[in-house]
Amino acid sequence: MAAINRDDVAHLARLAHIEMSDQELDRMAGELAVIVDAVKSVSQAAGDDVPATSHPIPLSNVFREDVVGHTFTAEQALSGAPDSDDNRFKVPAILDED
Amino acid sequence: MTEQNTAAESLIRLSAAQLAEKLRAREVTAVEVTRAHLDRIAEVDGGERGVNAFLHVNAGEALAVAAEVDAIRAAGGPEADALHYLAGVPVAVKDLIVTIGQPTTAGSKILEGWHSPYDATVVERLRAAKMPILGKTNLDEFAMGSSTEHSAYGPTRNPWDLNRIPGGSGGGSAAAVAAFEAPLALGTDTGGSIRQPGAVTGTVGVKPTYGSVSRYGAIAMASSLDQIGPVSRTVLDSALLHQVIGGHDDRDSTSLPDPLEDLVAAAKTGNIEGLRIGIIKELHGEGYQAGVENRFNESLDLLREAGAHIVEVSCPNFQYALGAYYLIMPSEASSNLAKFDGVRYGLRVLPEEGPMTIERVMGATRAAGFGDEVKRRIILGTYALSAGYYDAYYGSAQKVRTLVQRDFDAAFTVADVLISPTAPTTAFRLGEKLDDPLAMYLNDVATIPANLAGVPGLSLPGGLADEDGLPVGIQLLAPAREDARLYRVGAVLEALLEAKWGGPLLAQAPSLVELVETAAAPALETQEAK
Repeated sequence: MAAINRDDVAHLARLAHIEMSDQELDRMAGELAVIVDAVKSVSQAAGDDVPATSHPIPLSNVFREDVVGHTFTAEQALSGAPDSDDNRFKVPAILDED
Repeated sequence: MTEQNTAAESLIRLSAAQLAEKLRAREVTAVEVTRAHLDRIAEVDGGERGVNAFLHVNAGEALAVAAEVDAIRAAGGPEADALHYLAGVPVAVKDLIVTIGQPTTAGSKILEGWHSPYDATVVERLRAAKMPILGKTNLDEFAMGSSTEHSAYGPTRNPWDLNRIPGGSGGGSAAAVAAFEAPLALGTDTGGSIRQPGAVTGTVGVKPTYGSVSRYGAIAMASSLDQIGPVSRTVLDSALLHQVIGGHDDRDSTSLPDPLEDLVAAAKTGNIEGLRIGIIKELHGEGYQAGVENRFNESLDLLREAGAHIVEVSCPNFQYALGAYYLIMPSEASSNLAKFDGVRYGLRVLPEEGPMTIERVMGATRAAGFGDEVKRRIILGTYALSAGYYDAYYGSAQKVRTLVQRDFDAAFTVADVLISPTAPTTAFRLGEKLDDPLAMYLNDVATIPANLAGVPGLSLPGGLADEDGLPVGIQLLAPAREDARLYRVGAVLEALLEAKWGGPLLAQAPSLVELVETAAAPALETQEAK
């Protein structure tokens, strides 16, 4: 497995929507390289015959009665939002103007 | 006036069970009990050198609930008879758990000032039991850390030594209970965040079976690992609180349908004759502090004398557990934390220049709102989940999870309960591991396997390490749904240890009022100031 480098971190930060300064990218790349190195033995631990476990105690077909439960008013749902207008979340522009 | 001589001082030293008995006998009122704890918080928690266990103190509401309990009890009749056993006994809540009427920050700047429009299920259950909620306790940001130093609101200090960490992520809940600021608290445990703080503060903490306590209203870090549980000073008290918060909840799709056995009765069993207790070979010895190892061996001797059969078990795949955890947890966290987008909750930061598109607003908001450890884990999780690495990292980690479960299954065929030290060392100094994330992660080596497998774990005080005089934790683990066994064995071991010490371990802690007043500790820097 390839080691994680500064360009990888810059790409991942963009994917995760976290702006990072050059200094932060340098530091993060160094720290993550150490962590990735420490956890990579995991890929050698189990053979192909071992099934994956996603949840420790699997439950299947969890249903409930098809009735309306507790709901929030628009006012409650918007109460923590940084910006709202006319009972809606107000979102910055989706598309770049230029 | 000395710390020992006031009536309030004697009230805060009582266990939750003792307080409940005094309230029922009407020897004391719920308002007096609540007031005593609020006074203690005012005395030791704030200021530059205080414990800093609380991010928010909920005095008004807590006293109102206490007054309501007192009025019901004074009026008598069926409503008084119907009061919950713990009615009027105050409790603190980790600030990862949402509450109406109080802010919820998750220890992050990104949620500063945010108020939830709903209560977590566990909070609804505290309210139904009429337990006054004293406030919200400090934590590593979004529960990511083992020292509470990653809180955006400054670290919590260990009441045994104000220059040391209280563990994490639930250092606030553990320190509040150890400092006699609250008899009970709620925590959350994803990789040890209830048990490891319990170990280093000389308190009791329990991670219940996955799914046995509703997580509705706990801000999710890693959904397949997170579990809410009780924090207290005695094993019985944790059983009492566990019983209040546990049970099925149809708002959490991972909630187990069937209730657990009676946990309070289990804590009162008082007998472990013939029980098989397994020492996990891989979770002690090399890498564990000598004083931790000594106290661990002492507990084994006591259990042996009480009639338990001590056996050794091997869990060879536990060597991969830490690695698997630090792939699964960040992967799930990177997904869970995507919702903090500068649109729905809390902070929105606009970029300083250029077009104001939502992507750029998100990038600026998350850069300003998240601390270093959260960013590290989001990046690591995004990496582990990305195309080309998914099978090698996330996929492999999930297979390790199967292997860890199989190790537990095999161990539980020869032992009823497993035992290990809770943490490899006692509390380290504030700042000591802040610049070395990997060293910080190693604190969780003994607690993580339980989260990967979903089994319950309990940490209780095992004494003080010879070399530094700081608390050591003993961890008990049981098969899924067998939480009652932890309380049965835990209460017996606690009684044997207290008989040896001549009282509770916390009676040996230094006077906190003197520690806070003598200003022996330097002022703290927050993560941001670092």
